[in-house]
Amino acid sequence: MPGPTPLFYTFHFYLFGLIAVASALVFVTRKSPVAAAMWLVVTMFSLAALYVMLDAQFIGAIQVLVYAGAIMVVFLFVIMLLNLGEPSQIADARGLGWKLAAGAVGLGLLAEIFALVRGTVAQPFSLPEGYAAQQVAAQGAISPIAGPLFHQYLLAFEITSMVLLTAIVGAVVLGKRRTDAR
Amino acid sequence: MLAESLFFSAVLFTIGVIGVLTRRNAIILFMCVELMLNAVNLTFVGFSRVYGAGGQVFVFLVMTVAAAEAAVGLAIIIALFRHRHTVDLQNINLLKG
Repeated sequence: MPGPTPLFYTFHFYLFGLIAVASALVFVTRKSPVAAAMWLVVTMFSLAALYVMLDAQFIGAIQVLVYAGAIMVVFLFVIMLLNLGEPSQIADARGLGWKLAAGAVGLGLLAEIFALVRGTVAQPFSLPEGYAAQQVAAQGAISPIAGPLFHQYLLAFEITSMVLLTAIVGAVVLGKRRTDAR
Repeated sequence: MLAESLFFSAVLFTIGVIGVLTRRNAIILFMCVELMLNAVNLTFVGFSRVYGAGGQVFVFLVMTVAAAEAAVGLAIIIALFRHRHTVDLQNINLLKG
């Protein structure tokens, strides 16, 4: 979008970002796996909103369909299949040493990535401001992705199909009840 | 909005890492890995606005790999639960040296 970013846009960008971060925090601290999965769904929905605001409408739709729809449903299926018992019995935080280590690693990562954010994008490669929105307006939301996907990244796309096939075979083999006679 | 996307992505990734390090439930650990993948996707989408749609293609591929990973990982968890009757990683130390 040309010119300065409208306040409306900025406000909602920060709103969805904060919802994502807050629900991720709640997700990590829940004891019950079902509650955790539900909070993760909230995070994924607000990330979908962020994708749409970043002119990636197709990715936003796929995020809702694949992540919030398919992957999280598989997680919920497994949680309910395993019947893990009461949340109080499966309280599962690690000890203080692990928590301190996690805090240290987290602080290190945050410092590292903030140092990265302070850097600038190399100008010769960057597109003009509002280019993505113009492209979506001209070609629709899907064809700016479909073009590179089926030309430049065709090999990666084909290899992805092999990854999926391997995953299906692997999941079936692992999930099969093994007979002891062998 | 690039700096903001990178900021939120960094925070989400860090939350995911902290979750992986502090939780013992294997399923929640997997969900934390999914959260980290989502954070990386946000970075890709943020950069794709500046560098072109190639980043969105990579988000597409990352989502496929995440789906494959969830299928295989959850199958492993089910197989583990069938043998050990727990998903607590403290009790699963078969490969510990």
